[in-house]
Amino acid sequence: MLNTAERSRPTQPAPISADDVEAVGKARGIRNEEPLIFEVGRAEVSGVDLPEPETVTSRLGGLERKTELGLPGLSEPEALRHYVRLSKQNYAIDINTYPLGSCTMKHNARLNEKMARLPGFGDIHPLQPLSTVQGAVDLMQELSHWLMTLTGMEAIALSPKAGAHGELCGMMAIKTALAARGEDATRTTVLAPQSAHGTNPATAAVLGYRIESIPARADGTVDPEVVKAKLGPHVAAIMLTNPNTCGLFEPDIIAIADAVHAAGAFFYCDGANLNAILGKVRPGELGVDAMHINLHKTLSTPHGGGGPGSGPVVLSATLAPYAPVPFIRMENGAPVLIEESVHALEGEQPFGRMTAFHGQMGMYVRALAYLLSHGEDGVKSASETAVLNANYVRVGLRDVMTQPFGDRICMHEALFDDRFLEPHGVTTLDFAKAMIDEGYHPMTMYFPLVVHGALLIEPTESESKESLDQFIETMRGLAARAKAGDAASFKTAPHFAPRRRLDETRAARQPRLRWRPAT
Amino acid sequence: MRYLPQTDADRSAMLARIGVPDIDALFADVPKGKLVTDPHGLPRGQGEISVERHMNRLAAKNVAAGSVPFFVGAGAYRHHVPASVDHLIQRSEFLTSYTPYQPEISQGTLQTLFEFQTQVALLTGMEVANGGMYDGSTATAEAILMARRLTGRAKAVLSGGLHPHYRDVAETISRMSGGTHEAMPPAPTAEEDILSRIDDQTACVVVQTPTFYGHLVDLRPIAEACHAKGALLVAVVTEVVSLGAIESPGAQGADIVAAEGQSFGNPLTFGGPYVGLLATRDKFIRQLPGRLTGETVDAAGERGFVLTLSTREQHIRREKATSNICTSSGLCALAFSIHLTLLGSAGLAKLAAINHANAVRLAEVLATVKGIRVLNDTFFNEFTIRVPGNAAEIVEKLTQRGILGGVPVSRLEPDRPDLADLIVVAATELTTADDRSMFAAALAEVL
Ligand SMILES: Cc1ncc(COP(=O)(O)O)c(C=O)c1O
Repeated sequence: MLNTAERSRPTQPAPISADDVEAVGKARGIRNEEPLIFEVGRAEVSGVDLPEPETVTSRLGGLERKTELGLPGLSEPEALRHYVRLSKQNYAIDINTYPLGSCTMKHNARLNEKMARLPGFGDIHPLQPLSTVQGAVDLMQELSHWLMTLTGMEAIALSPKAGAHGELCGMMAIKTALAARGEDATRTTVLAPQSAHGTNPATAAVLGYRIESIPARADGTVDPEVVKAKLGPHVAAIMLTNPNTCGLFEPDIIAIADAVHAAGAFFYCDGANLNAILGKVRPGELGVDAMHINLHKTLSTPHGGGGPGSGPVVLSATLAPYAPVPFIRMENGAPVLIEESVHALEGEQPFGRMTAFHGQMGMYVRALAYLLSHGEDGVKSASETAVLNANYVRVGLRDVMTQPFGDRICMHEALFDDRFLEPHGVTTLDFAKAMIDEGYHPMTMYFPLVVHGALLIEPTESESKESLDQFIETMRGLAARAKAGDAASFKTAPHFAPRRRLDETRAARQPRLRWRPAT
Repeated sequence: MRYLPQTDADRSAMLARIGVPDIDALFADVPKGKLVTDPHGLPRGQGEISVERHMNRLAAKNVAAGSVPFFVGAGAYRHHVPASVDHLIQRSEFLTSYTPYQPEISQGTLQTLFEFQTQVALLTGMEVANGGMYDGSTATAEAILMARRLTGRAKAVLSGGLHPHYRDVAETISRMSGGTHEAMPPAPTAEEDILSRIDDQTACVVVQTPTFYGHLVDLRPIAEACHAKGALLVAVVTEVVSLGAIESPGAQGADIVAAEGQSFGNPLTFGGPYVGLLATRDKFIRQLPGRLTGETVDAAGERGFVLTLSTREQHIRREKATSNICTSSGLCALAFSIHLTLLGSAGLAKLAAINHANAVRLAEVLATVKGIRVLNDTFFNEFTIRVPGNAAEIVEKLTQRGILGGVPVSRLEPDRPDLADLIVVAATELTTADDRSMFAAALAEVL
């Protein structure tokens, strides 16, 4: 029975008409348009109440600020709304599958966030007395032990701040080892497959190396004979990703490593794809000399809209002496943080320093919490599940999409090319934008460069079977739509996102990289 | 395992669908004998309860800065972070997204980056800033590489007021990348004759202000001398709160500003993650490394933001890129930006004034301790004291009395016996009058 107050309130929606109704303002339901802080903030407003400063005689020596800051302020409620509304324009792992290949967008456990915020980790200063931070050094040692054990490597440099910084660190160690052999001046070339991530050649170039590309075999992997032909006394190192950026385990990796070593060069392994093999394969047993581990990928520290990351580098026995400061030395069973080169002992020849202080402690805490939660059994099953999920997606799509290297088992990511789209006038970009309309973040597109219109799908172990089934169904539906000749709907996608397709050409031609007051 | 959704039945069904007998069949490309069969001897998985217990035990072995009178700075500063900052950066949509490669569903990240770039430009007095670097030290190293590309010269002159870790990072990258550098001796007093080192081989002069020892540097004569020789001035700031009180490096003629942004929004966390700031003049943007967000419109004519000028970056230009940087410090940049939005000009000016006043009061009370000499005429929230004796030992004795009394310079300059009696001490808005007098009293006791 209805009560009187409800009697006049309609409880069934009216049938919808085909015509769209325009909203009066810019908002669309609970999706708001949000101006820039510079358009709504006021210089005299502040969302922070501070005590009055004591009156003192200035010691600024006449260098007081005279130009205006011009920074807008917002009260706390205004600030909350500004950022919450903006956040709603973002896609995120917590919303749906984020199959961005090569980036390992797995679940970010909130326990790890909580642990990083313990005052004993979050509120300690990098230069407070070492006697007051033994727990931090213990934690770094414990994480080091996990990473070295799982990878089967001799030593570790924890401090690099992301994968690319780890590459730089590893290549600097290699350069130093070559210098110690008197070969730095002659070994001036670095080999890298064409499929390598851009950071690999960019890293080698920072260090002054000439980059020589290795073409891939027809099956997407590297041919040891091709590597051998390129090796010589001028080669410093090979930078190889394994599993590679096509999502394949390099089957001849040992032959390649042997050839590289026989030629007096080093093997740098890009460890970005470790999520396929952590706990299953020890890269140290494959002949790797240096490899970075992206804690923000494999060990699930949050990607945060583009960082922070963390890229510890594990090193072989040959490279171990050259690890940069700071490093950890065991003394009488206890870990000690060695911060300066002058404290190095015999056999320790740090090549220098990568960053101020000790690296990404906040990420070490989260990574260790991840490892403790998983345990070695869980780490192994995470890798297995990541590979299982990728193959399940691959098999679910192989009859409607095209695989560049034939129908073969992949590691933790499934790679397709655009041959299934091309005849229908749909590009990889169009396809990606249509995925947005279906509620998915697109896969990585146009990478690796060796595959035409590449679509690189990395589901990660965090996806349930139901979630993968839904993803596969959606992708099949889109592939069918492309095949049916409905290119037009792809060209204008996305239709249901906070923004339609953005004009990148205009952004680059007339760069507006900051707000300026209207003149 | 609570993070893995598959049941055994799911796994079997999926393997069957793929058409392989077992999981290891998916690892068939791994060379024979290289699949791990023996256990690693590492612990097995644990629930939240035992992981927390383990982590709590480790954390309890550290002395949290907030639990004691605290005067440690030297490149990382303990400031108050408004509660809403940490709440906002933990929103799923910010925390669990990545680099905004798909702008239509990343406007939240892109607009906040655009705001961040503008805030950094305003704060440093420069025309343009990028979307952030790893930290202040790597931003400084990138600034040097950038100056080398811009001038076609190889040499960087490093001021003795530069943070020793920054100097070491810069030296490492210079040496490894075919550059040269000239590091001036440490400058615990304000005097330094850097102008005479600038010549027509100089790509840039790197000057920190306030210096590692706390002195404020008038950048204008250095900028003039640089420009007269065709060199660039790289200004380094490790305490960005100072920019609320001190004239910006841009207004003093700097060409590139590299700074540590930790002070806004980011906790100490033992040195990272932090966020590097890198700002410069419009005419140099093609050589600026890192992500840049730009304004544009969408197909419906609405304003929107995208990553832009990517032809500077590794994913497009590979070995010809301006830098190898990819993942940077997005979430730390967001924390920085939110904190600065909450402060605004008025709040920042006041915050800076409090920091300065507290440091002035600290210097006054420490100067009353017999045997202590404050070396600085000028400073912002940090200065150097000379103690009668070994600074490291004195700091350790203070620690035993429950006071974290600054950084002995010898910790970062261990091979400089002439600096062994110096301590760099800092005060912020969190330093109380009680803290200051306890510090002075304890110092008097241990001397
Ligand atoms: C294969 C590969 N190598 C290197 C990197 C660089 O790592 P980071 O972004 O952490 O610097 C990435 C990721 O972005 C990658 O996918």
